Amino acid sequence: MADTAVVDKKQGIQFGKKERKLLTDPLNDNNPITVQVLGICSALAVTTGMKNAAVMAVAVVFVCLFANVFTSMLRNAIPKQVRMIVQLVIIATLVTVVELTLKAVAFESYKSLSVFIGLIITNCIVMGRLEAFAMGNRPYESALDGLGNGFGYGIILLIVAFFREFFGKGELFGAKILGASPEYMINTAESSWLGWYQGNNLMVLFPSAMFVIAVLIWAHRAWNPKLVDVS
Amino acid sequence: MDNSTSKVLGFILVLTAVVALLLALLQNGLKPIHDKNEALYSKKATIAAVADHLDKDFATLQDADVTEIFNNQIKQMVYKADGTEVSKEELQNTYGVKDGLAENLDLNKENKKDISERLIPLYEFTKTDGNKYYIVYARGKGLWDEIWGNIALESDGSTIAGVSFDHKAETPGLGAEIKDNKSWVRQFIGKKLYTEDGMFKSVNVRKGGAKDPYYEVDAISGATITGDGITEMMADDLLAYEPFLKSLRK
Repeated sequence: MADTAVVDKKQGIQFGKKERKLLTDPLNDNNPITVQVLGICSALAVTTGMKNAAVMAVAVVFVCLFANVFTSMLRNAIPKQVRMIVQLVIIATLVTVVELTLKAVAFESYKSLSVFIGLIITNCIVMGRLEAFAMGNRPYESALDGLGNGFGYGIILLIVAFFREFFGKGELFGAKILGASPEYMINTAESSWLGWYQGNNLMVLFPSAMFVIAVLIWAHRAWNPKLVDVS
Repeated sequence: MDNSTSKVLGFILVLTAVVALLLALLQNGLKPIHDKNEALYSKKATIAAVADHLDKDFATLQDADVTEIFNNQIKQMVYKADGTEVSKEELQNTYGVKDGLAENLDLNKENKKDISERLIPLYEFTKTDGNKYYIVYARGKGLWDEIWGNIALESDGSTIAGVSFDHKAETPGLGAEIKDNKSWVRQFIGKKLYTEDGMFKSVNVRKGGAKDPYYEVDAISGATITGDGITEMMADDLLAYEPFLKSLRK
């Protein structure tokens, strides 16, 4: 994390190949979760349901985007000795803003995410991007990089949450899909070919997130040969 | 770049001041909305105990409906464990409870007091058909942090008509099932707090499956300590309502 990557010192705002790569790289080739294996803690904790995962994803996109922009704006003024502390202050401020806003507009989500919103501060993805990118690039590029990484994190969160909520509770976004009672869309008690299925409680528990993420990493590598180490 | 100590200090001071001002403004500006949300959330939890006896489906309740039910169908009272009702004026003047209403009690603070000094909230819910239900409150410890619950009793003061539990930090899929798993919560309906001859017995969350049809419910596997917490908080805190519940049976 010590060396700061510098994209060309171009002037003006344009959206070319390089800028597109800033946005799309973290979605695939350089995904923060499946390739860099960062931010695993929160990916385990908030993926019990799609709703929590979606709120968390939005929160991280917001924090990533603005932390990158503000750090980049201040990058020439931040004294070298205290740069980490300054970055932390910026992240902590944004996270508090998210927390206060969420408490005002989506109280139920705020309650169910409880401490995990606050823990975005410790999410290595955010700090990693500030150190590795925003300290050496203009606000415009940093914004794209922040957005890309936020989305890269969010999309994995949603995929993991999909598997955990669907197979664990038979629900998606809290809507009942699969299970044994008339309230469910697919009532397995009466269905002849799904009659064996029962909500798998293991999927709701934390270890299953580990399994799902591990399988995702494997699938991602199988699909994208660029990621396989040749050694 | 000049990296002298004074520059570093100056930068940090300015940054901290700006950030502190910004957050303080935001916190203050949003405070009324936070308080309103908090109040609605606990009102909704209270109503959840009588979810089966509402005019509307509980899942589709809007914020306005919750306030309406609270204003029209619920009578709020505050008692002490010796059975005396605490009047609105006394609550307001002696205890500093806002508007003298049970909904404004600081239940966390009350729970830390000795049971003889505690102010306990009691809600009387009148169903549209005229039947009355009494919602009582218990608070205790789960595995990681606090758990609490509203328990609705029928007018005999013993039979449970519904419960709603909540928790601060129980594990999803295990302890958190006390809130999320509706079919587990429904087990409490029809259980009794008192024996035939009027002794307080409470409901036991039993590992290995309930044996007694009136005083036991199945425990959740993997959530023994949370289940024991519920047994304990009901046995401890509901005892405070005994004088009132006894008066109902006469």
